[in-house]
Amino acid sequence: MADASLFSIFMDGVFLKNFLIVQFLGLCSFVGVTKDVKSASGMSGAVIFVITMAASVSFFLYTYILVPLRLDYLTTIAFIIVIAALVQLVEFVVRKFMPPLYRSLGIYLPLISTNCAVLGAVLLNVMNEYTFIQSVTFGIAAGLGYTVAMIIMSSIREWSSVVYVPKAVGRGVTYAFFVALIMSMSFANYFKVIPL
Amino acid sequence: MADRSVASEFMRGITKDNPIFGLVLGLCPTLAVTTSVANGIGMAAGTIFVLVGSNLLVSVLRNEIPDTVRIPIELIVIATFVSIVDMVMEAFTPGMYASLGVYIPLIVVNCIVIGRAEAYALKNGVFYSLIDGLGVGTGFLLMLMLLGGIRELLGTGGINLFGMQLIDLVSTLGFNPIGVMTLSPGAFLTIAVLMTMVNYKRILKAMRGA
Repeated sequence: MADASLFSIFMDGVFLKNFLIVQFLGLCSFVGVTKDVKSASGMSGAVIFVITMAASVSFFLYTYILVPLRLDYLTTIAFIIVIAALVQLVEFVVRKFMPPLYRSLGIYLPLISTNCAVLGAVLLNVMNEYTFIQSVTFGIAAGLGYTVAMIIMSSIREWSSVVYVPKAVGRGVTYAFFVALIMSMSFANYFKVIPL
Repeated sequence: MADRSVASEFMRGITKDNPIFGLVLGLCPTLAVTTSVANGIGMAAGTIFVLVGSNLLVSVLRNEIPDTVRIPIELIVIATFVSIVDMVMEAFTPGMYASLGVYIPLIVVNCIVIGRAEAYALKNGVFYSLIDGLGVGTGFLLMLMLLGGIRELLGTGGINLFGMQLIDLVSTLGFNPIGVMTLSPGAFLTIAVLMTMVNYKRILKAMRGA
């Protein structure tokens, strides 16, 4: 996979292998924080940032520390610690230098350390043996794909608050899954027509 | 909680604290790996091992762990058990390991595991933490088997468990498999319909009680 073009990696990450809808990574936030567009976009912004940072840091950690020292059996533990530390760091920096952004992202930042999307992107980079540029591209693409799905989902949920919904479906998790069902059909089939 | 018994603590993981329909945790692996019953069982077996192991260790250490750094410590405990599962599955069940792929190391961020460590193992004794881990793990196993069963049956027209064809609707009934059930829309459809049924039962129960 080392010869995959950056464009196909990017399109894969955003649409064909969309993290939320096709690979089911990060579903907790997909049904949890998509009740309104504002919090969904805040969460997405934080995820793009952390995924991109984590993809580049973990690449150096894996290639220059874990592999030469033959510690690659510690990959999972090392990556989860890196992500947790990174999230903490991002929180400090944003709080100190960008207080308005901190107020809007604040509560979502800690949630990201247990978001499967971040760890999933980092692990998939290692499994696909991507180079540094490819890893970062995949990280950005995964973050953008996450954003696309979150924004569509939250827009539909916010907009359809005036629509009649049966009581057994409600407006919570079950409703979110029905919306996701319709979204996944379009993602799985519509984007197949783009030749890559 | 003086009246708790081993059986009731165990059953609570399957009924009230059921990870999927009660607590709504751990959705990512639930939807991703349930393309067949066998995959569901493999995933659940790994998760049960991690759940029981981390519940035990966190419960043993619960008086030593400082409150401020408890989440990093829990994460490291969980990641250790996940690494064990990862290596054992790679060595002994390579076929299963290949089809579960990235979702095995992702047990680390499965909300069920850290959720039980936070909500139960930090506050309860070792024995009950073990029972809780087993109970919630069994609840998870049953849900994965149910979802995997529905999707495999409709998607391929039969259920094939570890090389044995248990049910075959294609040759017996001339059933036409609905391929999309093993893809992502099938996953969302199955869980959405099951959740609607659970909600419907709850509403009926509440109406009867009122």
